[in-house]
Amino acid sequence: MLCALAAIPVLIAVAVRLSSAVPPGRGPAFLDRITQNGLFVGVTAMLVSVPLFLPLTVGVVAGDTVAGEAGLGTLRYLLVAPAGRVRLLLVKYAGAVAFAVAAPLVVALVGAAIGAALFPVGPVTLLSGDSIGADEAMLRLLLIAAYLAVSLMGLSAIGLFMSTLTDVPVGAMASTVVLAVVSQVLDALPQLEWLHPWLFSHYWLDFADLLRQPVAWDSFLTNSLLQGGYVAVFGALAYGRFITKDVLS
Amino acid sequence: MTAAGAATEPHVADLCIETTGLSKRFGQQLAVDGVDLAVPRGSVFGFLGPNGSGKTTTIRLMLGLAAASSGSVRLLGQEMPGQLREVLPRVGALVEGPAFYPFLSGAANLYRFDAADPRAPAATRKSRVHSALERVGLTHAADKKVRAYSLGMKQRLGIANALLAPRELLVLDEPTNGLDPQGTREVRSLVRSLAADGATVFVSSHLLAEVEQICTHAAIMSAGRLVAQGTLAQLRQDGQARIRVLTPDAGAAAKVLARLGLSAAVSGPAGSNGAGDVLYAPLPAGPPPAGADGAVAPEAVVAALVAAGVRVRGFATEQVSLEERFVALTGEGFDVVQ
Repeated sequence: MLCALAAIPVLIAVAVRLSSAVPPGRGPAFLDRITQNGLFVGVTAMLVSVPLFLPLTVGVVAGDTVAGEAGLGTLRYLLVAPAGRVRLLLVKYAGAVAFAVAAPLVVALVGAAIGAALFPVGPVTLLSGDSIGADEAMLRLLLIAAYLAVSLMGLSAIGLFMSTLTDVPVGAMASTVVLAVVSQVLDALPQLEWLHPWLFSHYWLDFADLLRQPVAWDSFLTNSLLQGGYVAVFGALAYGRFITKDVLS
Repeated sequence: MTAAGAATEPHVADLCIETTGLSKRFGQQLAVDGVDLAVPRGSVFGFLGPNGSGKTTTIRLMLGLAAASSGSVRLLGQEMPGQLREVLPRVGALVEGPAFYPFLSGAANLYRFDAADPRAPAATRKSRVHSALERVGLTHAADKKVRAYSLGMKQRLGIANALLAPRELLVLDEPTNGLDPQGTREVRSLVRSLAADGATVFVSSHLLAEVEQICTHAAIMSAGRLVAQGTLAQLRQDGQARIRVLTPDAGAAAKVLARLGLSAAVSGPAGSNGAGDVLYAPLPAGPPPAGADGAVAPEAVVAALVAAGVRVRGFATEQVSLEERFVALTGEGFDVVQ
């Protein structure tokens, strides 16, 4: 799945390179800037994969955690080993988190690499108008990846909880991904504005604040708090469910 | 529970598995209903029952995989599931068939399961995995992906997983499922050697011949309830012994038997050689020779038959086989109690 994620920036870079002239203002944000600076491949790729591709892959990994073991039947052997239910749950969540960290990182790094290979790399003009060097731009790129990783923590916890509900991994994966989409749909309805700050996907696209000088940390902080809340709630739900679950698979 | 079982009930401290009033309810259905198992230390215990009689559920409850609706379980003298962390490292288990990661090799699967136990020493892991694989004869396939294993090989790998560490108790659910006759024999000798090393082996099975060959004790489940348990000899005795008479004078023989207080049943001609009919009559009391009043010694039956002019062509006293006992307790054919 990391390979599939890595393919996104490659696709973008190659497409832009081959078509050469991207009319400014068309397509995803930053797309038109790629030809001037290869580092923007990473930013664009992350932006493109936020709504669906990242939640999809994270949902698959997080949904598979417990249900996958139950589906294979290996869950009972892990538990009689005995792995300990709390320990197993923590390890499984750590695995899902590791993927949530790796996924945006892969997109960012592959994007930067393919961008550097196909386009010139130079100083980057930030949203605030300031200009920073390529090495600091690289740092900002990693910061965005970190922001997205944090953004996916809540979804990972939801996936873990879903995974404790069923012995069918596909069911847990699908419901996790569906929830991610539903959350974004709700976020797009202006009538539900009161609900928006509580949706786990609400701050997903706010990483643009990291492209200002000085960095505006507000959204990073708010997002982390919200994600932390989701991790606490769904972590507790997963714990409550798994600790008393009859393993019959 | 049987009277014979209660008479020789071992002291509580000697019990390897002890369940009291163990019950498990799934919605409306009572899958396990008030089971009082007593498995003595050092025994090879056969856990019998038709499919769906609650054997595997009982095993899941014992191992803390599922929570009992009521009742309690003590494993190796400790409360389950409260002291699960203390107990389970000393227990090897094969529950409802083997399960592995198909994309990993046999050895890698065992490494992973062993690493799941935080107390299993990592330093000796390699040698323990190796010797477990050797013990089930899978050394040659250790590096093969489990995906490519046959059913019998998976079954053996499952047993190897139960043998990763020295165990005091082995719980083997249908260990010979899917094995060829050679594999079945190997498992039998493996179980015997484990018992010889001092481990208690709890084998669930519906293969009675297998249980009769390797077990010292057995229990029979039917529709979630424990209908009998004890040593094999006790189980067989609970069913009555009977006499078998082969004679062409079935009518006369039946009269003689009736005079002796035995109710004979003619089960039809024996074979096609015209040797006569076969009569079965249960012996009312105890195993022969029975000196007490009311008991009929088999030799007295023969004497009475001969004296009455019945042409006795064959005579035998038969112990009820475990299979007949099993069927008597759990029902015949597809009428098995559900």
